[in-house]
Amino acid sequence: MTATNRSMPASQYHYSLEALHKRYGRFGGCFMPELLMAPIQELTTLFQESKKDASFLKELSDLLHNYAGRPTPLTEVTRFAHAINPVNPPRIFLKREDLLHTGAHKINNALGQCLLAKRMGKKRIIAETGAGQHGVATAAAAAHLGLQAVIYMGALDMKRQMSNVMRMRLMGATVVEVPHGSATLKDAVNEALRDWSASFSDSYYCLGSALGPHPYPEIVATFQAVIGEESKQQCQERFSKNPDLVIACVGGGSNAIGIFAPFLNDPDVALMGVEAGGHGKKLGEHAARFHHAKEGVLHGCYTYLLQNEHGQVAETSSLSAGLDYPAVGPAHAQLFFEKRASYVMASDHAALEALQLLAKTEGIIPALESSHALAHLIKIAPTLHSDQNILVNLSGRGDKDLPELIEKGLL
Amino acid sequence: MKKISELFQREKAHVAYLTAGDGGVERTIEAALALIEGGVNLLELGVPFSDPIADGPVIQQASLRALQAGITMYEVLYVAHEIRKKSTIPIILFSYYNPILAALDQFQGNFLAEAKRAGVDGFLIVDLPWEESHLLQARMVFDDLTLISVITPSTSLERIIAIDQKSQGFLYYVCRAGTTGAKTSLPIDFSKKIKKIKSVVHLPVVVGFGISDEVTVQRVLQYANGVVIGSFFVQAVAQGLNTQALKIIAQQLLGRRS
Repeated sequence: MTATNRSMPASQYHYSLEALHKRYGRFGGCFMPELLMAPIQELTTLFQESKKDASFLKELSDLLHNYAGRPTPLTEVTRFAHAINPVNPPRIFLKREDLLHTGAHKINNALGQCLLAKRMGKKRIIAETGAGQHGVATAAAAAHLGLQAVIYMGALDMKRQMSNVMRMRLMGATVVEVPHGSATLKDAVNEALRDWSASFSDSYYCLGSALGPHPYPEIVATFQAVIGEESKQQCQERFSKNPDLVIACVGGGSNAIGIFAPFLNDPDVALMGVEAGGHGKKLGEHAARFHHAKEGVLHGCYTYLLQNEHGQVAETSSLSAGLDYPAVGPAHAQLFFEKRASYVMASDHAALEALQLLAKTEGIIPALESSHALAHLIKIAPTLHSDQNILVNLSGRGDKDLPELIEKGLL
Repeated sequence: MKKISELFQREKAHVAYLTAGDGGVERTIEAALALIEGGVNLLELGVPFSDPIADGPVIQQASLRALQAGITMYEVLYVAHEIRKKSTIPIILFSYYNPILAALDQFQGNFLAEAKRAGVDGFLIVDLPWEESHLLQARMVFDDLTLISVITPSTSLERIIAIDQKSQGFLYYVCRAGTTGAKTSLPIDFSKKIKKIKSVVHLPVVVGFGISDEVTVQRVLQYANGVVIGSFFVQAVAQGLNTQALKIIAQQLLGRRS
């Protein structure tokens, strides 16, 4: 895959987040009911103003530093590298988003969007959550900024992420159980959108991943770009150049687009996203959008979408609730289409093994989501060599996953 | 396209929405024909979708039941065709965008022509705002189909004017925030809003969302060119009312005792 990326002419790489606006190639757009077009327009205008506003940026930067715990370290994991390739171990660096307050990169975006909500004078924050990480981050950001949070969560996800449900409630959020459909992230987004359709005059919809209608993919990517910006600088400090490969898991794709962002115009950096291969190849047994999907529209955006031949959205399956979603963010769809980034999958089983290996070799317990990125790294380890520098987004910590894994007898 | 404009020249539109295939295709066909006998003169046939974000519980569940019964676009066109054999009223397919995209693929470029042949007069696509709709609208005009646009209380007057100028058939005014589902009253500022809208648009305006009683229907029709009853009829069909009973509730609700 690296070969394909490197054979592309440099002219192919001339995009930046600024240019990836309303459309990402033919992907993205704003496919929403007319009721929501006015609030979306209001949000678009305010976001465009705020992202250039020094006082907004200062306030966000203070929060990220003093509340969330940025910058996060870059940890080299030599024992892990030796374990996966004893002969010729590459240098592997983990971007430690797991060390952020609330345990994942989601807080970067939740703080940014809750600040936007405050600027818009909205007192009530609606959010969906899959693994619970975005819900927890939103609950925390809302509590800290004096806002009220209502979090929609699939019934199945609530069951497998009970500790996150408790955390959200402890921080004052209302958690609403969504029993419909597959009772996972997709269904939580449906309910959040229905709520927003009725409540947009006083409520802000804080979408957690780099998907949904324009301008959400851009908003989320902008607030998550801090991951890549810090990483890029830290790579310079540590080994005086760009990494050869950046690898991240992709559900909707917010942590991946965040760490990819500053490298999009660096053709020497291979970018790789890892999605959930689940437990089988049949529709409904995985969340491998790039490998099985057609193009389509879900939740406001045109992208790769798992669906049947009649355009009905397919159910998905992954051990990792955060990757269990049938569509992918439009920026990733375009990066895949233009072959700027490659997208692969890792199975439930491989992710679980990766989680255990990192824990044993380095004393770091990664989230099941991030474990997918590590799993693919393990898979390609024999092809890697010691003069390569690899940057992995360790997007979250695995504490939240332990109760369910133990209950299922998987650990 | 003519069928829709002729309707509005003649009379007010009494619109029923039914989710196609809830209870089986034959049930939708008999229910629609009964409602037409009861005075319905424009039918919105809902294409079931797995993720109906604009719908409340009644239509969500109807959609889900239809999907579980294996209803696809082929069956929806069959329903339209069977109704068309017995009635001349305009039929609009009411859908989310993704099943339409899939059908455009599946019918090898002939979907719109097939729909027209089945007796469909137009489409309303819930999650296709007019900015994104130009291409599809042009293709529909080619097949003599009408793409109906939606306006809402949150749509600015400038935008309403722009949508009106680019649209055909009629404007569907979603009269309140939230999702579909029967309510018992109109929003407090309804008459003010609808009067304002009527004063700036050239197309007929049909009002829907949450309308389910006779008094509200009459109040809407004082100002608007038509009224839509959705969840209330969907519920009645799901509850198993026979065709005679469906005809009677349509007559009562729409005030059309013929």
